Amino acid sequence: MAEKTPLFTHHVALGAKMVDFGGWDMPLHYGSQVHEHEQVRQNAGLFDVSHMARLDVTGPQAQDFLRYLLANDVARLYPGKALYSCMLNKAGGIVDDLIVYDRGEAGYRLVLNAATRDKDWDWMLKQARRFDTIVQERADLVMLAIQGPQAATRFTEVLDADKATLLHDLQPYHALETNDLFLARTGYTGEDGLEIILPADQAVTWWERLLAAGIQPCGLGARDTLRMEAGMNLYGNDMDENITPLMAGLDGTVAWEPADRDFIGRAALEKQRQEGVKQVRVGLVLEDRGVLRARQRVITPSGATGIITSGTFSPTLDRAIGLARVPVDIGEYCQVVIRNTYCDAHVVNPPFVRHGRCLIELSPV
Amino acid sequence: MSTIPPELQYTSTHEWVRSNDDGTITVGVTDHAQALLGDMVFVELPELGRKVKAAEECAVVESVKSASDIYSPVTGTITGVNDALIDAPELINQDPYSEGWLFHLETDAALDSLLDAAAYTKLAAETE
Repeated sequence: MAEKTPLFTHHVALGAKMVDFGGWDMPLHYGSQVHEHEQVRQNAGLFDVSHMARLDVTGPQAQDFLRYLLANDVARLYPGKALYSCMLNKAGGIVDDLIVYDRGEAGYRLVLNAATRDKDWDWMLKQARRFDTIVQERADLVMLAIQGPQAATRFTEVLDADKATLLHDLQPYHALETNDLFLARTGYTGEDGLEIILPADQAVTWWERLLAAGIQPCGLGARDTLRMEAGMNLYGNDMDENITPLMAGLDGTVAWEPADRDFIGRAALEKQRQEGVKQVRVGLVLEDRGVLRARQRVITPSGATGIITSGTFSPTLDRAIGLARVPVDIGEYCQVVIRNTYCDAHVVNPPFVRHGRCLIELSPV
Repeated sequence: MSTIPPELQYTSTHEWVRSNDDGTITVGVTDHAQALLGDMVFVELPELGRKVKAAEECAVVESVKSASDIYSPVTGTITGVNDALIDAPELINQDPYSEGWLFHLETDAALDSLLDAAAYTKLAAETE
């Protein structure tokens, strides 16, 4: 029996096609995934992302615990600041990726993937034993994302004047709390926007208020194509426990300094960094007609192989794009095997799209 | 609720079949199937003159979400394809029974093994 968010009946009433995602019954789209995608790039979209796991980490050693648990360093945070990080196993493989918010006196709030919730929970509790810290799941809260160039403006319209002023000063990758509302300027689309966390019993009120403000409801389908255009990894597709951050394009999220900070996976990662990785993550743009899909084979000019980890048709570029794990010496061009046909692809450095703009050079098909 | 025109015939793999006056048949994707697949972004059509067997894969339609094989409803020869879909695959979403047709097939095969609208309506309801 799949879990449901408090907005389930509202999604169904809006005509959403519901699908199972990580054990949750979630909206895939409300009619047209491409339309929803375009609304987020050009205007604003509203997503129910309550399936994501929310955990609060508190106690005297909360910081010590997270500095040991995460590859990025929460000591770099200050109250109201957010940080993206991988959580690694001893071998440097990615257990999950997450966002951690510094809440000052109230400790830290983590947002993790839905499909990995149980595994993350077990892993964190096991690691937390050595520390004077409390890890608490916040199933009493829901989460909405409002994303797009108009997201902040449209959201401000539904706030009272005091909150609107606060929001106006909220910088990217920062969060603030006012009464029951946790507002963060973060997202998974490559656009400006907000993620808000609020009590479950207020979910319907806020959902209806935001829809009434004319914000397009969007499903997980658009969320997936938006994040791919933004060059963002999806856990389970582009990375897993056998893949390190160095193989997943996430080198920049590993805090090597200070050198004496011991975090899980550090020794293995340092060894890999020293020896050099054999495979790296790249972006691909298909030069032929067709669509790139996860698990298609990539062939480099020297005959070595790689694999597409996420692929789709990019509505913004009107071209098939993908994220791939390939030999480190791949070069600028490669081929992708689509239904036994060898198709040409251009190797690029993601993101493909940010803030509505194409960031890569496209050659005509 | 999807549209299932009573005058057409159907396959269990969600193709529709229209019998034309010249003895050929026209094949497309049902409204039910296009709704399940979502926004179409790419179509691969068969070559003209290709001989296909019943239930043989002969085209591919891809939505943002996934790729789906299209099967020939009966044995025959491809005599026409809808080139408009190459630049506008969304025609399958917008008008699955007319502008969104996929290919013409010349066939001697009997069509009585295909589903009628009532049978397909029942099948569609089971794959909601």
